[in-house]
Amino acid sequence: MNSGKSNVRPFRIIGKPRVRVDALSKVTGQTLFADDIKLPRMLHCKLLRSTVPHAAIEKIDVARASNHPGVHLVLTGKDFPIEYGILPVSQDERPLCRDKVRFVGDPVAAVIARDEQTASAALALIEITYQSLPTIASVDEALLPTEAPLQDYAEEHNIHRRLSYSFGDVDEALEEADHVFEDTFFYEGNTHMAMEQHASVASADPDGRVTLWSSTQCPHYVHRALAKALEMPAAHIRVIACPNGGGFGGKTDPFNHEIVVSKASLLLGRPVKICLTREEVFFCHRGRHQVTMKFRTGVNNDGKLTGMHLQTLLDGGAYGSYGIASTFYTAALQPTTYHLPRYSFDACRVFTNKPPCGPKRGHGTPQPRFGQEVQLDKIAEKLQMDPAQLRLGMVAEPDSLTCNYLKIGTIGLKQCIDSVVKKSDWKNKYHNLPSGKGVGIACGAYMSGAGTAIYWNKMPHSGVQIKLDRSGAVTVYCGATDVGQGSDDVLVSLVTEVLGIETIDIKCVTGDTDLTPVDLGSYSSRVTLMMGNAAIQAAERARDLIANAVADKLEITADHIGFADRLVFDVEDPTRHMSFQEAVVCAEEKHGTLVTAGSYAPPKSAGKYPGGGVGPSPTYSYTAAVAEVEVDEKTGVVEVSRIYIAHDIGRSLNPVQVEGQVIGGVYMGIGEALMEETTSRRLSPRLSNALLHDNPSMLDYKTLTMHDMPEVLVDIIEDPDPNGPFGAKEVGQGPLLPIMPAVANAIFDAVGVRIDEVPITPAKVLKALEMKAAGREGRVGPRAFPAIDWPQAMFVLPPAEGGDGKASNKPERKRAAKMHAMDKVEEQTTDTVKPS
Amino acid sequence: MSLPEKTPLLLNVNGEDMEVLVAAGKTLLEVLREDLDLTGTKHGCELGECGACTVLRDGQPVLSCLLLANECEGTLIETVEGLADKDRLHPLQLAFAEHGGLQCGYCTPGVLMTAKALLDGNSRPHRSQIREALSGNLCRCTGYQQIIESVEHAAAAINAPAKAGS
Ligand code: FES
Ligand code: FES
Repeated sequence: MNSGKSNVRPFRIIGKPRVRVDALSKVTGQTLFADDIKLPRMLHCKLLRSTVPHAAIEKIDVARASNHPGVHLVLTGKDFPIEYGILPVSQDERPLCRDKVRFVGDPVAAVIARDEQTASAALALIEITYQSLPTIASVDEALLPTEAPLQDYAEEHNIHRRLSYSFGDVDEALEEADHVFEDTFFYEGNTHMAMEQHASVASADPDGRVTLWSSTQCPHYVHRALAKALEMPAAHIRVIACPNGGGFGGKTDPFNHEIVVSKASLLLGRPVKICLTREEVFFCHRGRHQVTMKFRTGVNNDGKLTGMHLQTLLDGGAYGSYGIASTFYTAALQPTTYHLPRYSFDACRVFTNKPPCGPKRGHGTPQPRFGQEVQLDKIAEKLQMDPAQLRLGMVAEPDSLTCNYLKIGTIGLKQCIDSVVKKSDWKNKYHNLPSGKGVGIACGAYMSGAGTAIYWNKMPHSGVQIKLDRSGAVTVYCGATDVGQGSDDVLVSLVTEVLGIETIDIKCVTGDTDLTPVDLGSYSSRVTLMMGNAAIQAAERARDLIANAVADKLEITADHIGFADRLVFDVEDPTRHMSFQEAVVCAEEKHGTLVTAGSYAPPKSAGKYPGGGVGPSPTYSYTAAVAEVEVDEKTGVVEVSRIYIAHDIGRSLNPVQVEGQVIGGVYMGIGEALMEETTSRRLSPRLSNALLHDNPSMLDYKTLTMHDMPEVLVDIIEDPDPNGPFGAKEVGQGPLLPIMPAVANAIFDAVGVRIDEVPITPAKVLKALEMKAAGREGRVGPRAFPAIDWPQAMFVLPPAEGGDGKASNKPERKRAAKMHAMDKVEEQTTDTVKPS
Repeated sequence: MSLPEKTPLLLNVNGEDMEVLVAAGKTLLEVLREDLDLTGTKHGCELGECGACTVLRDGQPVLSCLLLANECEGTLIETVEGLADKDRLHPLQLAFAEHGGLQCGYCTPGVLMTAKALLDGNSRPHRSQIREALSGNLCRCTGYQQIIESVEHAAAAINAPAKAGS
């Protein structure tokens, strides 16, 4: 993407450890997060949330609350006639519920008062009559016929969506395989628990416009949702994303509270603020889906995969959120890691009366990654192969198309595996550590940005503008949002590199829909790549304007102009130079006011089949990890003693930040492996039968503390990718993926039991150990995958079999595919071994 | 319209005496953030579970969300805003900036104040002592490793003989 000119080496600042641009304001407490904003005449908002999991709202009486001293406004569902939602296909949310509540925590009314205490007191005065509806507590219940589905657009029963795809004839691939492995896994849902509680402040101006400051990862999507839900032109709404105190996907949906305070401010003509309590953050959720999955995988004796059939079942909670994308993601990325000639999947998301699930770090992919990597460990064991060697033998090819038409560019997975094998002394440790200690290996791959936007459009995914003026000041504008991942630092450092100045010379303005060009948001690990490419383009255009003007002055051609150390000079004779500021003056004299822009849109997807938009990415990152664990056989407690991890990042822009992202991903992965889970429990019918969140607090939702965190040894593999800015790929999400399976595999190496479930709690380990001691299979995990009535699979012939990326359910097409495949299979030995 | 009753309160924060009118039951966290506009101190739970609100009272780390403001009269409160000595950043601040001790920066003020109390009492802590001291400060971003390293670098800087000009 970036032109050759910027790839001139050596880099001045790229790749060097550097203090990130927002660090000093953060260590001094000066960074303003959303809840730190205080405006004159500001009022405070609190939401009344449903206390029942599923009910029709019969009556809401707000008279007493409205008359409460200090209350300025009470809003209910009837004030919000319009539905919204992040995906165009699931516009199923209302800022405040109007007819129905769908989970304990669904908001039904809002009080705006002089302070939070007054608002809370008034909430208690609102009287609501609910008419109870049957509660759906589990995926099994959601699959049963019902008179009253949770959402009226459910496909059938409480099924939100079913997807079935077949990339080549997988049944045949499995029939022809030497071995077929069939395994079921369960991954409990969990949540982001970003340290910052969501907060928003809205301020209407007298002209009828409104500004919203919010802890959001996606100001552009909030902007769209506000325009729809408030029935206002988007041009009259300004959304400013404050620096987020962590996001991890938990702040990517437009939220009800953002719309409520905006509306309230418009009605009252005063600023209105809300800050959710931690319990409310657990109710907002949009976290990791609980997924049950089943893999049927064909493998030959040489350890090569012949085909895979994957089934996934997701507990989506009460609303759509990103759910359909999540459902695709439980399947779409599997073929990007290992060479897989044929692949089919069935994926199903259901509605239950729980907080809605959505994207959390790794969005939909950690669950099947866990399943596949544990299954590979079982395959290696059965084939008596070293699991690292097995993986090395099947790594996907660089510059190839997967069977589901994902374009793989650079792939550094082999180097990653080699690195962790060497650094961990794998060969001496695997199968050789004393009982109770073990090592496990696993890999993963992740997108560097989703290839398609949330809503269909042909516009750029990221835009950057640069303004320069005679003072020498450079300001960079981009809609991207810093959620802690360091996107401001990436933006500034790339422009700094191109213009040959210092990071302190550049101001950046980000995440402001009035001032900055659109960037879709901080999700899908897209920002470094997409914003980065746009930034380099804008910076190169600025540099070209300056070089052109300076060339006139120095009487040389523009391609002889260099930029470094705040100087602009003749590369043949650097003594002929001028300061960067003088150079900008030259450029302003020659070209007038200086503004440049850059934009980025990902390459077109090779898959032309419906649904082929989910999964493509400009490039994929790769990770391998070895976990070392100690298992206490008396208590079942698993301690991760060390993690070796290698991540293929293309190019590391700032190694301090890259390493931090890797370790942060490992931390969250160990948490998911061992303890993090969002569960719910049903009260007895006598006690209202309510379905309650089990652990909506930081005390009950277990995460690792500094005490629990093992040492992490990080290796960064750099193999610049032509699609990345200076070759960079993502690092925010990929490193989490191999951790859960590496831990599970290490537990098997340590004590010989399989926990085919996440989280791996001491109770599960003990149970498996007991089973093993009793002479049974030492395994805890689901026995079966529920029966689901799948639609006919959409058939797509893989590229290696002559496919063109289009779907076809026409039988002749499928027969042709089969014939073609038969020819190939006949070349192989076909001594089929029955399913293990 | 009746307003909640407020009582005057004298607090010493970062070496400055400050007088505020405080409604009964307000926590130190609320008074710092809402009445004194010292928003550097953060909150992640307001229930004593996360450590984000940690400030020092008479040199000891306390969870400001669990402390009533009027319990702090006559004590010395330190917050992140007082950590730097005018334009000279505290070694902890420099080390955190340089060694990846922060990402989103939201847990950072609480972590810094806890670490300051640790280093004030023990300028050469072992790794296990750092882990012990900071185990009540949750961080969702960093995975803690670079926080530990930052504290170690700060300790080293504090113990290093002062360099000319620094
Ligand atoms: S806000 Fe005080 S401990 Fe979390
Ligand atoms: S840096 Fe984000 S929570 Fe610690």
